[in-house]
Amino acid sequence: MRDVAVVGFAQTPCVRETDGTTNGVEMLVPIFHEVLGSLGLTKSDIGFWCSGSSDYLAGRAFSFVSAVDAIGAFPPIMESHVEMDAAWALYEAWVKLLCGEVDTALVYGFGKSSAGQLRRVMAMQLDPYVVTPLWPDSLGLAGIQARMGIEAGLWDERAMASVAAQSRAAALSNPLAQLSGSFEVDDLLAAEYVVDPLRRHDCAPITDGAATIVLAAGDRARELCERPAWITGFEHRVDSPSFGTRDLTTSPSAVAAGKAAGADGIEVAELHAPFTHQEILLRQALGLGDDVVVNPSGGVLAGNPMFAAGLARIGEAARRVHDGTASKVLGHATSGPLLQQNLVCVMEGRA
Amino acid sequence: MTKPLSAPLDVGFDYTRSTGPTLGRFLSDLRRRKVTGIRGSDGRVHVPPLEYDPVTAERLTEFVDVASTGVVRGWSWIPEPLEAQPLDRPFAWALIQLDGADTSLLHAVDAGSPDRMSTGARVRVRWRADRVGAITDIECFELSDEPSDEPVEADDVTMVTTPVHLHYTHSASPTEDPFLRGLMDGRLIAQRCPACEKVYFPPRPACPTDGVPTTDQIELSDRGTITTFCVVNVPFLGQRIPPPYVSAYVLLDGADIPFLHLLLGVAPEDVRMGMRVEAVWKPREEWGPTMQNIDHFRPSGEPDAPFDSYSQHL
Ligand SMILES: [Zn+2]
Repeated sequence: MRDVAVVGFAQTPCVRETDGTTNGVEMLVPIFHEVLGSLGLTKSDIGFWCSGSSDYLAGRAFSFVSAVDAIGAFPPIMESHVEMDAAWALYEAWVKLLCGEVDTALVYGFGKSSAGQLRRVMAMQLDPYVVTPLWPDSLGLAGIQARMGIEAGLWDERAMASVAAQSRAAALSNPLAQLSGSFEVDDLLAAEYVVDPLRRHDCAPITDGAATIVLAAGDRARELCERPAWITGFEHRVDSPSFGTRDLTTSPSAVAAGKAAGADGIEVAELHAPFTHQEILLRQALGLGDDVVVNPSGGVLAGNPMFAAGLARIGEAARRVHDGTASKVLGHATSGPLLQQNLVCVMEGRA
Repeated sequence: MTKPLSAPLDVGFDYTRSTGPTLGRFLSDLRRRKVTGIRGSDGRVHVPPLEYDPVTAERLTEFVDVASTGVVRGWSWIPEPLEAQPLDRPFAWALIQLDGADTSLLHAVDAGSPDRMSTGARVRVRWRADRVGAITDIECFELSDEPSDEPVEADDVTMVTTPVHLHYTHSASPTEDPFLRGLMDGRLIAQRCPACEKVYFPPRPACPTDGVPTTDQIELSDRGTITTFCVVNVPFLGQRIPPPYVSAYVLLDGADIPFLHLLLGVAPEDVRMGMRVEAVWKPREEWGPTMQNIDHFRPSGEPDAPFDSYSQHL
């Protein structure tokens, strides 16, 4: 089996609202230029294109087809799409490279959450018979999970607030972040509940944005990148969609994906945790000790472009290998309600 | 640059789904003011019932009656309910383990205030008066340890309809914006790709061949050539004109991409590829930012365009 590495990464600024369309073209064109330009590539050097996005977020059918305009798909390209976070599109592209069909792939995700009402749109991913007709909103569901963990003694509101404070402090060094700054935990705790027991700082912001990653195999990766982030473990697992059936204070699928991908010896981890308590839960599920640097970018609490945020976690982690600040990193992505589905990508630099 | 035009976009549709035997039983029983679970491979009783065991994936078939009273296992408080949620006043979302069940059902609790909610609180179903066989037949739960209303007779349901209404703000792209503003003045504004010089009408956010945003605006006349067409003979919902009529691709003079529009003023059997046409505009007072300002196209009477002039635009 040949080796595949993340060799390039670019993302848009995370912003509350863009003027662009919901098909993402305005966000994608500049980051395609940035990532291809940084590698000295043009579109004809890319063997496979794969994207992640959602028509429910866009409010229009086949929005990903319009997005292909950003590529300039003539002569015809080899292209695929997942109606999920683009981290799963990265998985598809990785498999394509492992099979030896192509040597390079460009993966992208985009979302303009500001176009609709994100809390309601997220109800469309729930069980269509017994859950969606009630229109549970994403904050309401996360609040139940947060309280269960609080009452089980796994975390408390102070620990949740310190996750938010750490995220925003880390994001001070991330020029693309939406939320950053120095915050005292006590000040954060003085805020009103948005959805008891969640305060505003416990919830990822509503963000428009896009991200892209370039994968390359073997010698092609070594040609393109001084320190490729070689993928040594890439796994995703899923729990039952019936969340009343499972123990919400943990995530068996995150535990299983972490174990299978080999999460030992990680130096830096970027976790896709849209709520503060979920970062604490995921640290535990993935067995990340206090010596692991978690979310140096600020994570999704500092900017959460739907359907791109998980891919961006892998890109942010890979960047620590590219710039030589870490030699083994982990990128995580989640999908579905309450950490139902989890993906772990472990990457290593080699001397 | 001014902000591109935007407009509210309301998307609404009814999802109609067949229930199958497992959910059909559950939903039919809700209509009867009864709650039914199913026994899993490990003996646990799941409410709502699952079709397959979440661990062994075994098909589950043993239905179990459970109570309409239960206990709150986890909750959150919604101070400002959103559209279509079970209650329009502040309420709790809760995972509720009904007596006789081992798993929890998500629903709303009409508790009045978060101070009255707690994990471990006893709740009971408040049944809706007009039940149709849906999860919303449970109007909500209320804080009480008394049994709910007695079951009644009702027919089985095999289908469930879920209305979906989502609201968006749809934004035009920076290239569509001058196109739409031009239409309001009766002008046809196209965009030219700076790389391949193809002229797009309507404009695209980026040239689909080159992946670069189009930057040059050019104004086109309202005359063009039919590249291809079809005769619509089939009636359908929302049809504005009685069939038969002709839908045609019109390539405006100077454009590289044809668009679909209506062709009138000619019998369907006389329409030809290469036929020259001109726009028939609606009265000016009816104009808006839409291609519907052009009511239809009609033959201009010019000689047909030679095939070579449009063969690359089919
Ligand atoms: Zn072009």
